[in-house]
Amino acid sequence: MALLQLRDLNKHFGGLHVTNSVNLVLEQGEIHCLIGPNGAGKSTLFRLILGEHHPGSGQIWFADEDITALKSFARIRRGLSVKFQVPGVFKGLSVRQNLEIALQSRLHGAALDKEIEGLLAFLNLEAEQAQLAGNLSHGQKQWLEIGMAISLKPRLLLLDEPTAGMSPEETHMTGEMVRRLNAAGMTVLAIEHDMAFVRQVAQRVTVLHLGQVFAQGSIDEIVADERVAAIYLGQAHA
Amino acid sequence: MTGFLGLFRRLEGPQTLGRGPAFWALFALVLAGALAYPLFSDGYTVGNTVYFFVWVFIALSLSLIWGYGGSLSFGQTAFFGIAGYGYGILTINFGASYGFTWIALLLAIGMAALVAALLGYFMFFGRIGGVFLGIVTLAVTLMLERFMAQTAGPEWRIGAARLNGFNGMSAMPPLTIPWFGGPIVLFADVGLYYVVLAMLVLVYLALRILMNSSFGNVIVAIRENPERAEMLGYDIRKYQLITFVIGAALAGLSGVLYTVWGQYITPSSMGMTAASLPLIWVAVGGRSDLTATIIGTLVVLSGFQALTIYGSQYALVFMGVLLVLTVLIAPNGLVLGLITWVTKRVARRKQETA
Repeated sequence: MALLQLRDLNKHFGGLHVTNSVNLVLEQGEIHCLIGPNGAGKSTLFRLILGEHHPGSGQIWFADEDITALKSFARIRRGLSVKFQVPGVFKGLSVRQNLEIALQSRLHGAALDKEIEGLLAFLNLEAEQAQLAGNLSHGQKQWLEIGMAISLKPRLLLLDEPTAGMSPEETHMTGEMVRRLNAAGMTVLAIEHDMAFVRQVAQRVTVLHLGQVFAQGSIDEIVADERVAAIYLGQAHA
Repeated sequence: MTGFLGLFRRLEGPQTLGRGPAFWALFALVLAGALAYPLFSDGYTVGNTVYFFVWVFIALSLSLIWGYGGSLSFGQTAFFGIAGYGYGILTINFGASYGFTWIALLLAIGMAALVAALLGYFMFFGRIGGVFLGIVTLAVTLMLERFMAQTAGPEWRIGAARLNGFNGMSAMPPLTIPWFGGPIVLFADVGLYYVVLAMLVLVYLALRILMNSSFGNVIVAIRENPERAEMLGYDIRKYQLITFVIGAALAGLSGVLYTVWGQYITPSSMGMTAASLPLIWVAVGGRSDLTATIIGTLVVLSGFQALTIYGSQYALVFMGVLLVLTVLIAPNGLVLGLITWVTKRVARRKQETA
């Protein structure tokens, strides 16, 4: 069953066609990675899905509902959630309070506290719970934000470069987190440059190039595709 | 019952300084001192003390909108003026009998809140934020001042109330409590002192509860990162609007109390200087905490008053210097910085002795 459908989505910034007739279907329960060279329009696509940008034409369907005209917060309430590229934690607040703010619309009192404990353990942030989020390491901030994003119990989790700035160990741990979330039923769409991570988690990969869907398939198919290597992997390893 | 107890638990929390028996004992001590103070002073001095209390509400409103909510507003002074004039117009027309002054107080605050709701709707739902919010609110404040300044002519009247331009509106009745043996009129004296003190304590405690509730959580989240807050499913515009309206009501309360205190209000109470001074008290005190805001406001305001009384024409210049120093030394506020420094030292002492 399709959870998210982008239908002929277009977005112009002046003369720049950043999203060019994108059609993308995300199946319920999959981990789908979005890759592509810088400027391919990956983050713009996320912003369109989240309602931070509005498409010039085309539709966005989520769980059999047209959400193209909905405001961001309304989309979130329908079961979308996101971790931004630059960690968007509440820097001046404690780690614990960050999670509380994410959870409080769903849980209260003792149930809320219990859920926070569980999340802190899942995110390896138990020792840091009283610290200000702004004092965390970059990787920990990423985890905290993932924790906030999954607090909403979303049906679809959007991850914009979840492993940026992480060590290989941290990247691997993040991959395991994502797989555990997916095993629990969460559909994941991730923008990622780190091919090790993509290999670790992706069930399907879409390559975006110049605002268009360039190729789609399993990671092995994508890696084997010489055209993709030419525009993306080729450039990256040149 | 548990809901009621829950409210009490919210008196303490991450958004407000002070917790535990030590803090509340100190609170009770200060309150007892404030209650006993008129016994050791004369009515005139007590009445002047009320003047300082009057301004605390507008300071708290700024703490709420700016310190907690992250939106700098110059509009508090406008709401102050709207409510002040509103009270004057209502009571000059309808008098003070049957406790009407209290209804006028509520109506005047309601007017300020209504204007804030309209203005706030267009600002927040039009996604005006950051420095532009400051510019729009300042423009509204100065526009109101300009408007009121040109109302000196006799044609500017609402019922029996002349607006009077820069001469100011005066002779509105003070707050009056209807009583069996004849109404109790609260002139700027001991009676008004206790009433305003009670309001102050109530507002302070209520704001502590509000800021430590889930509502307060969202407010500080919007200050820290509005995009993230929205992407957690919160309609941030609604939260900003509600905060703005609560703030306007508090500023309005200040305006009404100022008017009843001196039975007088002029357009300059909405001028540039009037709009800037509360910002300085709150910035110097520590805008992101209610307690620091109150202490800062009372200290700076009495210092300012002393400077003015003892003949210094440079009181305003001194305020400017104070603001610059605050920004340089303790950007989060001098009082707040001092409190944090002391608590850290005490905590370290405890650790060392333990």
